[in-house]
Amino acid sequence: MRNIGAISYKELSIYFASPMAYVIAGVFLALTGVFFVESIDQPFATATVAVMLRNTAFFLMPLIPPILTMRLLAEEQKLGTLELLMTAPVRDYEVVIGKFIASFVILGVTVLLTLVYVLILLFYADPDLGPVLGAYLGILLYSTTTLAIGLLASALTGNQIVAASVGFGLILLFSVIDSVSAVLTGVAATVLEQVSLTAHYDAFARGVVDTSDIIYYLVMAAIFLFLAVRALESRRWR
Amino acid sequence: MIEADNLTKYFGDYPAITGVTFAATKGEVLGFLGPNAAGKTTTMRILTGFMPPSSGTASIAGFDVVSDSLEARRHIGYLPETVPLYTDMTVKDYLRFMGKIRGMNSKEIERRIADVVDTCHLEAYYTSHIAKLSKGFRQRVGIAQAILHEPEVLILDEPTVGIDPIQVVETRELIKGLGGDRTIILSTHILPEVSMICERVIIIHEGEIVAVDHPEVLAERLEGTEHIRIGVIGPRSEVIRALREVQGVQEVTSTEEEGWGSYSVFSRRGDQIRIEIAKVVVEHGWGLLSLETLNLSLEEIFLRLTTSEEA
Repeated sequence: MRNIGAISYKELSIYFASPMAYVIAGVFLALTGVFFVESIDQPFATATVAVMLRNTAFFLMPLIPPILTMRLLAEEQKLGTLELLMTAPVRDYEVVIGKFIASFVILGVTVLLTLVYVLILLFYADPDLGPVLGAYLGILLYSTTTLAIGLLASALTGNQIVAASVGFGLILLFSVIDSVSAVLTGVAATVLEQVSLTAHYDAFARGVVDTSDIIYYLVMAAIFLFLAVRALESRRWR
Repeated sequence: MIEADNLTKYFGDYPAITGVTFAATKGEVLGFLGPNAAGKTTTMRILTGFMPPSSGTASIAGFDVVSDSLEARRHIGYLPETVPLYTDMTVKDYLRFMGKIRGMNSKEIERRIADVVDTCHLEAYYTSHIAKLSKGFRQRVGIAQAILHEPEVLILDEPTVGIDPIQVVETRELIKGLGGDRTIILSTHILPEVSMICERVIIIHEGEIVAVDHPEVLAERLEGTEHIRIGVIGPRSEVIRALREVQGVQEVTSTEEEGWGSYSVFSRRGDQIRIEIAKVVVEHGWGLLSLETLNLSLEEIFLRLTTSEEA
C-alpha cells in the first residue's frame, strides 16, 4: 500500500512538473465548454448537460486517457528506470496500480472541474440532477476502463507515441464495437453489445445506475490492469 | 553474503551465461571483469532479481533471488549500466522516492539523504533537475540511490563507463570508500580498475567464469607467465628434474596418464623455453607426445580487455 502511494505521488508530481496536467485539463475544459454550449443552445432548450457528457464519452474518452497514460510505463522502459523499480522491493502490480491511480486522479479531477457547468445551470434553471449525477458517475467509471487500456498499451512498448496510438485504437475499438452487432444475430450480437464501452454508458446518462453497468466498467478496468501487470512481468523473461 | 550456484541464462537458444558459480563473503569487494557481452550484466540482473535464471540458483543474504525475491531485493543496492534516473525530477525528489519504495520512513530518508549527498558530493545539485546534470553527476546520483538504504550488498554495473577521466578517478575513490562491512560486486571491462578497487576478481568470458583470483596474482600471471603442457613418456621424477633445470622454468607439476605423464610447466614467457624443453626431452631419449601453451584463451581475453583502455 505504501509503495502504491509512493508511486502515485511520484507520478502526480511529474504530471505537474511537466505541462502535461495543465495541457490535458486545458484541452478537456475547452472542448467540454464547446459541448456545453451545444448542450443548451437548442430550439427547445432544456437545462441539461447530457449532450456535453455524451460528447465527452464519445470524443474525449478515446483521446485523453491514452495521452495521459502513454508516458507512465513506456518512459520507464526507455529511461531504464523500470530496472530500478523491478529490482526494488516493490511488486509489479503495485507499480501498475500506483500509476493507474495517479492518472485517474488527474482525469477524475479534470472531469469534476466541468461541474462548473452544472453550477451555471443550477444558477439559472432547475436541472434534473438525477441524470446529471448518473452521467458523471458513468464518465468516471468509463475513464477507469480507458485509463487501464492506455496503461496496458504503455506497458507493451518503450515508445510513447506507439503506446498512445495503440491505446487510442483499442479504446475506439471497444467504443464502436456494438455497431457491428447490428449486422449480426444471436449470441455474437449480444456479446458485442455487452462489451461495448458506450452501450453501458447510456443507462447512466438516463439517470439509471445499474449495478451491472458499474461492475462492467470495474471488471473491464481490472482485466486491462491485470494484462498490464502481465506485460510488465513478461519483460523479466525477455 | 552472495552465493551463485551454476547460474545459466538462455536468451532464445543463445546462452548468455553458463554454469556461473561464485560466492562473496561479507565485506568483500568483488570485481567482474570481462569484455562487452561476456555475461556480466546478465549475471547482475539475475542477482538483483530483475530476471530469473534459466537454471541454477542464487541467494543474497540467505534469500533466494527467485523464490524470496522481495526479501532479497531489500538487501541490495543496485546501479544498472544505464543509470536509471527520472530526468523530470530533482535530485532531492528522486532520492526521496527511492527511499520510499525501499520501505524507509521519512525520518530515515531525510537523515540518509543528508549522508549520501555528502558522501557523493552532490550538495550543489541537490535541488537541480536531473535532466540538467552532467554525466558524471548523474552517475553519482545513481550511486547515491544505490547506497541510500544502507544495503548490505551493493551491485554496480560498469560504474565508470562514459564519464571523463577526472570523474572516473573520483568515482573509483568513492566506491573504494563505500567498502567496510558492505559486500560490493562491481563489473568492468577495464583491467587496472579492478586492481585499484577489488580484493578479488572473477574473469568472465563468453558467459563462463575463466578465472577467479586476487588481482595482483592474476596480473602477475598474465604479464610474465606462460603455461605449457607437455605429454612425455619417461621416468616421472627424472623428467620433472630435467624440466626444472631448463632456463626460465618456474614450476613443474605432473599428473600420471596411462603409460605417459602430463606435465604442467609454468615458465617465463618466450618461444625459446619451448624449444629448450623439447630439446631436453629428446636429448634424454624420452618420447615427446605433445607440447602446447595453455593460457592462450586468457591472453586473448586480456588483449581484448586491455587494448581499449588508457587508464
